[in-house]
Amino acid sequence: MPDSTPHLELFDIRKNFGLVAALNGVRCSIAHRDVVALFGRNGAGKTTLLKILALLMRPTDGHFQLEGVDARRDAADTRRHIGFISHATYLYSDLTALENLKFFGALYDVPHLEERIAQSLRDVQLWDRRHERVRGFSRGMQQRLSLARTFLHDPSLLLLDEPYTGLDPIASGMLDRLIERFHREGRTVVLTTHNLDLRLPVVNHAVVLEKGLVACDERRSRFASKDFEELFKEHVKERAE
Amino acid sequence: MFHKISNLLFFPLILLFPFSLYMVFVYAPEEATMGIIQKIFYYHVSAGWVFMLAFGLVLIGSIGYLVTQRRSWDSFAASSAELGVVFCTISLTTGPLWAKPVWGIWWTWDARLTSTLVEWLIYVAYLMLRAYVPEPTKRANLSAVFGILGALDVPIVYFSIRWWRTQHPAPVMGGGGYLDPQMRVAFFVCLATFTLLYFFLLGLRMKINEAEDEIGSLKRLAGSQA
Amino acid sequence: MLKKIARILWKDILTEFRTREMFSAMFVFALLMVVVFNFAFENAPRDSILQAAPGLLWVAFTFAGILGLNRSNAIERENMSMQALMLAPIDRGAVYLGKMLANFLFMWISELLIIPIFAVLYNYSFTAHFWPFLLILVLGTLGFSAVGTIFSGIAVNTKMRDVMLPILFLPVVVPVVIGAVETSIRVLAGEPLRGMTDWLKILVVFDVIFITVSFLVFEYVLEE
Repeated sequence: MPDSTPHLELFDIRKNFGLVAALNGVRCSIAHRDVVALFGRNGAGKTTLLKILALLMRPTDGHFQLEGVDARRDAADTRRHIGFISHATYLYSDLTALENLKFFGALYDVPHLEERIAQSLRDVQLWDRRHERVRGFSRGMQQRLSLARTFLHDPSLLLLDEPYTGLDPIASGMLDRLIERFHREGRTVVLTTHNLDLRLPVVNHAVVLEKGLVACDERRSRFASKDFEELFKEHVKERAE
Repeated sequence: MFHKISNLLFFPLILLFPFSLYMVFVYAPEEATMGIIQKIFYYHVSAGWVFMLAFGLVLIGSIGYLVTQRRSWDSFAASSAELGVVFCTISLTTGPLWAKPVWGIWWTWDARLTSTLVEWLIYVAYLMLRAYVPEPTKRANLSAVFGILGALDVPIVYFSIRWWRTQHPAPVMGGGGYLDPQMRVAFFVCLATFTLLYFFLLGLRMKINEAEDEIGSLKRLAGSQA
Repeated sequence: MLKKIARILWKDILTEFRTREMFSAMFVFALLMVVVFNFAFENAPRDSILQAAPGLLWVAFTFAGILGLNRSNAIERENMSMQALMLAPIDRGAVYLGKMLANFLFMWISELLIIPIFAVLYNYSFTAHFWPFLLILVLGTLGFSAVGTIFSGIAVNTKMRDVMLPILFLPVVVPVVIGAVETSIRVLAGEPLRGMTDWLKILVVFDVIFITVSFLVFEYVLEE
């Protein structure tokens, strides 16, 4: 894949809620295989930005391109390439695990759906309970099924909104491994977090949002955990003064 | 922008209001059978015209907002709906005032009365919807959708109620048909006055919206610096 | 796209089949209204009750429908699954159509079950003119679900969602109520459908306009 065109390019994205500006013109370029950690305080606009990228929210102004093509031009097709994880599980409680995956798999036109579902249910260790209703699942099991649901259609761009919040250790370890595998497979990941203590060695691109603007945009082959803290302090403090 | 033009309407309105009173009460002759009661017709029908105009402009404002996503269109639609409800209320209250002495009843489920009442309810619902969505962008989108669907409903409501009523004969509406030429002149003066008043108030209301927005953002600014 | 609309519909049928939440809410509520009407019209002459019967039924259907629509939304709210439907690579209008058809189906089935009970309780016969009445039932209920599906999507975003739905819904469905009641009275009195094409046209026009426009604007209801 030619790495010259960025995977995701944001042109001056703005979002106002009434007269309150959440995003003030975000510009950013994200290459293929980037694992982006998007930092920022509460209210810095992280979730808003991610929702705009997932086409859940309409920007007030600006646009973004996916593989060089305007993302909103064929919005339904763009969404086919995106996986989105938030604190909600997005599952139907009164359907079984299998039915949930079948439903979403059909909406995404996943090829060889049966085998794919079988594989992903085994991956998240829920194959034996596939005929049980989701309502009876523990929180952790629901989160695992939710992960299986997100990866079912093989997205090339994964957006995660505070993915570690509320995850139990098993699910959170699973998520780590998934993100690493994702990176190895050459895909792109954007995750938001307010937690500077991120122990994810594959992160190679850090972006700090402050008051709806990109305060810092750095790419390195590797970030150590303390680097995030330094970057954040340096850039967020400056603006507070 | 809009209110700068509409503000200019203040001067003609100052003159038009006393003039329309003169036209209605002095210039136009008294109606032979209904007497002085008939004078209400000038205001009743003018208000009726303005509320239809106002509701039509809610549709335009709503479509304008969905297409452009500009706040001014939302403000336009919202202000127009508010004024439409005010003028519709005038129409709905002056109607019974006239009906009681002439028909002997306050209200009848006549086609025009009923459809006016239903339209009034649709736009009251529109205003309630706005009042209960705190987030401005969401409010603008939702009320634009409701504004469009509500406006499309208005002609269907009108026809369904008209057919429904033709099967149950109702008192014939007065005021239609032939009008004395002097009455007609007075009526058109009244109509023009009300229409200009509507546009003047629309501009004012939109300006108030802008001011509210500004106060809101100043408050936030003050809050964030405190 | 049709296949995906059918998927959404099937998902709702499956859920409803297991929980029966929407259905039982509508059925029991409509039944209660039919029973309460009997007390309200205690002193009315029997003839006038029979004349008002189709009207009573449609009032019961309207209010029961509002209850059902509120339930239908709760299903999509539970794990924010409406957002999952928005993330899926389908037109938001297709989401609307799927939900609308599901709402239509559940309303229609609960209406069909209320009718024989009403017939027994009020000693009223539907059998002679059942098929034309069924057509009116379909047209009227389609109008309810066309408007109800998009308005309940609007109402869930407000501060008092359960109250907001009837306030938005009732004035707008006035033409459906009038048309359905008028045609039902006449059909059940033995008039052929040919004599009321104007009314059927109003019902069809209402359904077509509201389904089409809602299909087009539904994404503005969903997107933030």
